[in-house]
Amino acid sequence: MGAGHGHTLHYHGHSPVHRFPAHLKILALLAFMIVVVATPRDWYAAFVVYLLAITSVIGVSRVPPTYLLKRTVVEVPFLLFAVLLPFVATGPRTEVLGVSVSQHGLEAGIALLVKGTLGVLASLTLAATTEPQDLLLGLERLRLPQQLVQIMSFMVRYLDVVTDEMRRMKVARESRGFTARNPRHWPVLARSAGALFIRSYERGERVHLAMLSRGYTGKMPR
Amino acid sequence: MTPVLDVRGLAYAYPDGHQALFGVDLHVHQGERVALLGPNGAGKTTLVLHLNGILTAGAGSVAVSGLPVEKANLAEIRRRVGVVFQDPDDQLFMGTVRADVGFGPANLGIKGDELDARVMRALERVGMEEYVDRPPHHLSFGQRRRVAVATVLAMEPEILVLDEPSSNLDPASRRELADILRSLDVTVLMVTHDLPYALELCPRSVILSGGTVVADGSTYDVLTDDALMKEHRLELPFGFDPRTMARPHD
Repeated sequence: MGAGHGHTLHYHGHSPVHRFPAHLKILALLAFMIVVVATPRDWYAAFVVYLLAITSVIGVSRVPPTYLLKRTVVEVPFLLFAVLLPFVATGPRTEVLGVSVSQHGLEAGIALLVKGTLGVLASLTLAATTEPQDLLLGLERLRLPQQLVQIMSFMVRYLDVVTDEMRRMKVARESRGFTARNPRHWPVLARSAGALFIRSYERGERVHLAMLSRGYTGKMPR
Repeated sequence: MTPVLDVRGLAYAYPDGHQALFGVDLHVHQGERVALLGPNGAGKTTLVLHLNGILTAGAGSVAVSGLPVEKANLAEIRRRVGVVFQDPDDQLFMGTVRADVGFGPANLGIKGDELDARVMRALERVGMEEYVDRPPHHLSFGQRRRVAVATVLAMEPEILVLDEPSSNLDPASRRELADILRSLDVTVLMVTHDLPYALELCPRSVILSGGTVVADGSTYDVLTDDALMKEHRLELPFGFDPRTMARPHD
């Protein structure tokens, strides 16, 4: 989820974490996530160690903690799910603040919360300390197939262009008195989404022409 | 002398049957700067797409410095003809200015130090060398247009084809681009609706209308021929009259 808004997630700096090779950072993140997910949920001490590890990396990177915390809002939908778990799960019941909840659900909810937060923090730290371009180079060095890296790099390149087009369409709608207030307005939004899709498709064709004009023959030059 | 651009009897109909070009003849010689004028729908873009073989002639022929535009020659044709498209966001598709300017030469098989040198030389010619490691979407519109010009200069083309180079530029960027185009030692064919820009930069103008060339002469003469201009839906902007200024020496 970080890659989508690469540059707004990036925090410019020159710390050792910023300078660390991107492909090693990606591998480190992957390893960290696997270890966190694989840790049994009642090894509480282990989670404290993980949290210390990630906070010390953040400390070294000199990215302000508030910068990262603000961006952890992407986690909210998962948090809602975690909060629901104790109420919907079955099995032995237990009392929390006078409310009867499922013992299993409570434990699973807390584990989801802890593991999710650790993962989001680690991903945000990678995004904050690595330019999208370097991230792509890192993935390339990790031998991710060329086509996938190319698709991602076009995404990074055109994300701004497409969001800007989306914003202009919204302004145009609202300038003519339209705001989506209830589901009856959804067809208009759907048509806008369709128009945006067609515009992006046509842009893709024009980009392809521009590529052909500069000697593209189906393979990115190396 | 072999013209850089030699278009003879070029006709083309789109697959849906719409005929866009009806026998176009156009010769551009080395070192010339020529403006291609004409109303919307005259076939200007269609003509441009024939010059580097994106579209293939239905009838007639196109040759660039004697080399016919044919499937077998496409790689060399696309090196010789540098097309700068109207929207720089279409032209600049790589993640950094360096990768973008290097895209064309890299497709020609140039690598390493020589590629780097080409990229820097092209960027210096448009005054954008300090932006070499920036992503294109962080540049202003005028800067992106200049980098778009550099992307084709890096291929060391024999002719630069510009589609509406002054569109959407603020007056300062428009003048900066004019200074750059004047400083380049390269043949230019410029598609434009900006008639003062044509007069400023191009000694010669060609009017394409209804899929044929209807006028070909000095820009001053073309712009001051009121009957011709009116017939082909061309109008000078309010307050602009070439007759009130010194006649440019061709």
